[in-house]
Amino acid sequence: MTLDIFNEKGTPLDKQKFTWRELVQAPTSKLDDDAFTRVRIILMNGLESEALRFSHATARMMNGDFRLPLAQVRRVEQHQQTMVNWLLPADLSPLETTIAFEQVAIEVTASVALREPDEYLAQVYRFGLLEDFDHLYRFSALMDRVTGADANNIIQNYSDIMPGRPTIVEHRGPEDELREHYDCKTAHPLTKLHAATITAAENQTHDYYMTIGPMFADPIARQLYAEIASIEEQHTTQYESLLDPNETPLEKWLLHEAMEVYNYFGCMEYETNPRVKAIWERFCNYELGHLHMVMDLMKQIEKRDPAELLPQTLPEPIEYASHRQFVRETLNREVDLRAAGTAFIHKDEEAERAPLSIAYREQMNSEGSPSEVVAAGYTWTPGTELVEKKSAFAKGASA
Amino acid sequence: MSTAAKMTGNRTGMQTSPELAEELIEGATSATPSSKGDAQDIADYRGEYIAEGYPIGSLPTVPASEEGEADEDELGIAVFLDKLSERLAFERTGTRLYEALLNKCETLGETTPGPTLEEIEHIGREEMEHFLLLNETIAELGGDPTVQSPSADIAGVASMGIMQVLTDPRSSMAHCLQAMLTAELTDNDGWQLLIKLAENLGYNELTTQFEAALEHEEEHLQNVRAWLSDCVLDSAEA
Repeated sequence: MTLDIFNEKGTPLDKQKFTWRELVQAPTSKLDDDAFTRVRIILMNGLESEALRFSHATARMMNGDFRLPLAQVRRVEQHQQTMVNWLLPADLSPLETTIAFEQVAIEVTASVALREPDEYLAQVYRFGLLEDFDHLYRFSALMDRVTGADANNIIQNYSDIMPGRPTIVEHRGPEDELREHYDCKTAHPLTKLHAATITAAENQTHDYYMTIGPMFADPIARQLYAEIASIEEQHTTQYESLLDPNETPLEKWLLHEAMEVYNYFGCMEYETNPRVKAIWERFCNYELGHLHMVMDLMKQIEKRDPAELLPQTLPEPIEYASHRQFVRETLNREVDLRAAGTAFIHKDEEAERAPLSIAYREQMNSEGSPSEVVAAGYTWTPGTELVEKKSAFAKGASA
Repeated sequence: MSTAAKMTGNRTGMQTSPELAEELIEGATSATPSSKGDAQDIADYRGEYIAEGYPIGSLPTVPASEEGEADEDELGIAVFLDKLSERLAFERTGTRLYEALLNKCETLGETTPGPTLEEIEHIGREEMEHFLLLNETIAELGGDPTVQSPSADIAGVASMGIMQVLTDPRSSMAHCLQAMLTAELTDNDGWQLLIKLAENLGYNELTTQFEAALEHEEEHLQNVRAWLSDCVLDSAEA
């Protein structure tokens, strides 16, 4: 099924209304809902969070004509984000939510990497993917060893829990974090939608870890969140650098709205929970309303035809499924890649081509590496490593 | 809508998707950890921070002592006030917990087995009376009943999950009673300890008052334990 974004006008902005009761509905079930329902909720929360972030930044830099329409759309997006994020239940702990965030980063980025038409950007996504893949392993070790819980209760068998590119070597200097941006005049529309989606997802992950990191009592948990939040900041820097800075603010706004339509539509297509699906459908229509409002602004203010920037119908949506084989193949092929400037190199070349990153990394790790400590000798085991009697109490234990 | 657990639909276990589970295990066991060691490495790290010795916070200010009073008395009163503050915070929260339990029972309807609305109200009232007793006691000792002492703070952290269970619209009566059992077990021991402290410090009148509170708490514990047990056993027979 495809969506004709020019003929489908969606819900007009003045009909987009909420009540507090509507915003706070019964949440999804941590135990019964499919892991990909949770993945979609987290992703869409990230996209709405980005909508607000972008809108505020733009409002602070643009002239008076834009301030009211930005504020009008922003008010609706605030409440869309609330309704989406509040679908997460109270029994989903911050650490369990973290595991789910990393599953989002793995499975959504894998789908994007597979479908990305620009080979350089596809490489960027694969590069980041292997790092988030490692974070899932580290956080799973933390969950097992500090709380005695099994990360697979959240992952539901869909994603592998094993080392990726070790987090200890992911620390890079800003000089090696920026990438080449796409060319807004020639890039495929899907390239633009992908870059906007992944930037939003990673930025939200960073913000979430920065919020919940201090809520943990355990020093190693606090350190691990500090370390991985730093990588998520790098990732945000990396992914946002893919966006063409030559796009006008209005063009960027248009792409944001198109990206939200694209993703709500994809969520609708895959959703298995009927109540959640109805929310995706409603918000797909809301976003179409926003998109058409921005299309009109573009015609009026920039005298440009949005059809020059957007495809008539949306591309295939992100695939919400296990990408185990693709991730494993990527891991085997590219785990030893490092970054030097905007290029990707083999780790053997790093000392020569990315010396600032090595110096930065050595400094940060000079008093120990939380990600190595937390997962020292760790192999994920069904039911936790205590099944294998890996505990301080192993000596003398029976059975 | 019922909050009773259903027997289908839980996706958290490995058996939900055996083929995917097999792949997951195969991947995990074929990978090599990036460093050697075990969970002891975490303990060593935590140990470093423990050794730094930062406390949660300070004991409440002790009332000005009369001239000539020994320092150990001041310390005894400080510890007493800390534990009084803890009990006060616990009873105050306990009152709210029973309000939430009442709300649950009113909405779902009284069930047999299980507590009646009147029985929940009775316990909730006593929790509130205990809170007021402690409020008065701390003030009479010259302490500040509005202080959050270190033990009160820790008790709040320890019982965070109980409030989450009681106020979750999706939790069943049995879930709530299980959480309340944790609270009542702690509360019983808390009052016993307060009685010992009061005795050791020579507060005879307080000892008597606290023993009366403990009697209530023992009754709460017996009731909650029985309701929970009956609810669970009954559901296993249904």
